[in-house]
Amino acid sequence: MAAARGDGGGGARFGRSLAAAAVIGIGLMAAVDEIVFHQILAWHHFYDRSTPAVALLSDGLLHAGELIALVAGFFLFADLCRRRALHRRAAWAGLLLGLGCFQLFDGVIDHKVLRLHQVRYGVDLLPYDLAWNGAAVLLLVAGAAATWWARRAPGAGATARPR
Amino acid sequence: MSPAHHGGAVVGWLPVLVLLAAALVVYAGAARRARRAPRGWSGLRTASFAAGVVLLAAALSPAVVQGAHHDPRGHMLQHLVIGMYAPLALVLAAPVTLALRTMAPAWRRRAARLLRSRALHVLGHPVTALLLDIGGLYLVHLTPVYAAMQASPAVHALVNLHYFAAGYLFAWAVAGPDPAPRRPGTPTRLAVLFAAVAAHSLLAKLLYAYPGTWPPGADHAAAMGEAAKLMYYGGDLAEVLLAVALFAAWYRRRGRRFAARRPVPAAGGP
Repeated sequence: MAAARGDGGGGARFGRSLAAAAVIGIGLMAAVDEIVFHQILAWHHFYDRSTPAVALLSDGLLHAGELIALVAGFFLFADLCRRRALHRRAAWAGLLLGLGCFQLFDGVIDHKVLRLHQVRYGVDLLPYDLAWNGAAVLLLVAGAAATWWARRAPGAGATARPR
Repeated sequence: MSPAHHGGAVVGWLPVLVLLAAALVVYAGAARRARRAPRGWSGLRTASFAAGVVLLAAALSPAVVQGAHHDPRGHMLQHLVIGMYAPLALVLAAPVTLALRTMAPAWRRRAARLLRSRALHVLGHPVTALLLDIGGLYLVHLTPVYAAMQASPAVHALVNLHYFAAGYLFAWAVAGPDPAPRRPGTPTRLAVLFAAVAAHSLLAKLLYAYPGTWPPGADHAAAMGEAAKLMYYGGDLAEVLLAVALFAAWYRRRGRRFAARRPVPAAGGP
């Protein structure tokens, strides 16, 4: 993997590549939630008026975070590409971890702890919650496996094997 | 709407149009001169200025002004265009940089003194800009200002003027390409942008959740939900553009630093 070795600009950056892609993953999953589940399927809405006022504040903060994460992640990623410091396998691992993190956070904190809204209304919630959080756990496991694989891979770059 | 009232709105629009057209002519003239200089001037900046002027003219047209006066959706559209999109387009056109490059030296010195003044540093701090911009928005929607605005076209015009001035100040303080001495670094500006996005979407959701309560004394509570959605999703797009402008500037600076360092490893490389 030529891109992983870099070209004298300090070599591939394992941690930075993982982090940049994870930031993209978080923003991307938030965008998927907003576009697919809020807008297209309309399973849950803008705000369902049933939850306490404090949830509005946390939702505002979360929303600000997801918007800025998407833009920040893409620019961090572009900067690594430009300097030929992108560690491709670490980036894939980071993307999966970011996607899984947001999905799990949304499923547990937003839906259950803050009760901002639920996956769907007027149905038995259990299968939906299991599918939602199960998908999150699958993504996280895949991300962890990809991280392990990226660290062990031959030619993964100078900073890929700190031990 | 009575014809007389409508005629008044058209007459009120004319000076605005003249002012905007004059600004565009002055900018285009300066841009032409800057293009001939060795450093040149990007046509994209000129296009951005023109877009800002067109957006302002459209948002202040009689039809939109009348709609905004009686319908919260129209008012929200004005807030988005006058307070967010048009200021961003004008800020990205870098009018101050263009002025500094094309002005006579005496005027340039005066402008430099103004840019170094303490008052401008305080006013142009991103936190000040945040308070004026988002604070003003909260003031309009959570106090009797909204009702006063519905009752009086003059108050409405003042609110629009504040939207524009505060929106321009905010876009310049957070992501403007124009010189801003003593402007804090990217992390601070990012934090301010984060706070602004959160506060903007929080206000949109408050208006959506309590349409009869806020704004106090407003007519047409039914349309307020639609207006709140417009504020939420319309605000998103403007804030994403602002974030892109902020990070694009970071990316360019980092690229220059990287290019400056690059010859050293290349010389000793394989």
